This record gives sequence, structure tokens and C-alpha cells, in this order.
Amino acid sequence: MDALKQELKEKIIEQLNLEDVAVDEIGNGDPLFGDGLGLDSIDALELIVMLDKDYGIKLSDPKEGKNIFESIDTMAAYITANRSK
Amino acid sequence: MALNKEVLFDEMHEDFSAFIKSAYKHFDTKYSKFFKMDSLSKLAFLTADILLKDANLPQDQENNIALVFSNRASSLDTDRKHQESISDTDNYFPSPAVFVYTLPNICLGEISIKHSLYSENSFFIFDTFNAKHLCSYATALLDSNKASSVLCGWVDVDAEAYEAILFLVSKKGEVTFNTNELNRIYNDSWTH
Repeated sequence: MDALKQELKEKIIEQLNLEDVAVDEIGNGDPLFGDGLGLDSIDALELIVMLDKDYGIKLSDPKEGKNIFESIDTMAAYITANRSK
Repeated sequence: MALNKEVLFDEMHEDFSAFIKSAYKHFDTKYSKFFKMDSLSKLAFLTADILLKDANLPQDQENNIALVFSNRASSLDTDRKHQESISDTDNYFPSPAVFVYTLPNICLGEISIKHSLYSENSFFIFDTFNAKHLCSYATALLDSNKASSVLCGWVDVDAEAYEAILFLVSKKGEVTFNTNELNRIYNDSWTH
């Protein structure tokens, strides 16, 4: 699980172009949206595409994303339980 | 990059990405969304920012500056990236962050957000720099009081070829605003 969390942090920084953010600056429980990393609605769509492309997870209801993308912890837990890649 | 003939940044870089990143840091721009933009928006945003920062606009109130931009390649640079992401039906993962930039006028929105502009904006596509059109359109906006100033010009990006030149025009400017002067400034800009 720790390896997956590290991988997610690296992917988020690269794919969402978080130029001034380092991996060790993202805490596992930090909020990704709002006051945390400050991600926006387009970032949320990018994360949905990332789940599909890299982990074979299709979200049928985009509203699910609100809980899944709360933090690195919640993302890693959801991916571990649902991944097909 | 120059402002009113004064060269402010003249570093050489191997590609556009490295160049614009270095310029962003050089001008201490501090805008977190910058690195999410496509190349056209980065170039338009940074060029406009250098000019508008120099104009000392109030950041806490609406600024009545119209935007009239133009180029040759439209959003082709980003269109190609989007097209690549959807060309393989077995690996079909279009990026929302790329797709939102598949219109050239998105760069006007980025500038408007940063500088609190709620005014007129237009983006035109021409084969070459069209001073006559920019001049007549900007003059019409000023004469009809649709805007107190007009930021107009040419911002073009096509792969590694890029150029940007913007003019901040008002009725109180020091330099005469006409087609000949725009053409002269545009042509002189690439010879230095």
C-alpha cells in the first residue's frame, strides 16, 4: 500500500502539472481539493481518467469521486479494492 | 522578451517548454495555474502579464480593458495533442486538461481571471499579422466607449515556432496607434 501511495503522489504531480509541489510535501491524509493541494474540477476529471487508464477502474457515477479523491489514503484504499490492472 | 523596446529576458533554451518556464520564474509571476495551461495560453498569459503589471492596474477592482488577440495557428498545437490521445481506439484516453484548451480564446479567459477583466474579448485567425484589422477593431471599441483601453496583438504557437506581440492602447497613449505604426513595431520586433 505504501508503494501505491508513493506512486499516486508521483502521478498526481506529473499528470496535474503541480510544478512547485514535491512528493514529500503531500501527506497521506491531506485533502487533495480545497485547502489542500488546491485541485480543481478539471483535475478531478483527470483523476477519473487516471483511474481508468492506469488501474482499470471506471467510475460509473462521477459523484463517487468526492469520497475517493479525498486524500491519498482514500484513493489508495479504493484502488487496492477495485483495480483490474 | 521586451517591453517598450527594453529587453527584459533574452535567455536561449532548447525548447518552448524550458523557455517559458524560465521566463515565468524570471518575472516572478507566482500564479499556480500557470503550469496547467497549454503553450498558447502560457505565452499569451505571460506576455500580457508583463505589459499589464507595468500598467499598475488595481487588482481589487474591475478593469475595463478589452482583449483583441489574433494568430495564425489557432489552437492547433493543443488540437494535435488531443487528436493523438483519441486516435487509437484501443488506447482511448482523452485528457480533460488538454481538451479544455482546444480553443484559442481560452487564453483570453486566463488573462481576464488574473487581471479582473470583465470586458469585451475577441480572438481572430489570420494568415499573417493583420495590423489593419487590429487597429480598426480596437479603435471601434475605444470610440464606442466599450472599453477604456484595449490590449491587442498577435500570439501564435505552432509546435516549437512561437511569437507574441501585444499593444496596450488607449486614447491617452504616447505612441500613435495606426496600421503603419503597428506594422513597423511588429516587423522591428523580430530583427533584434
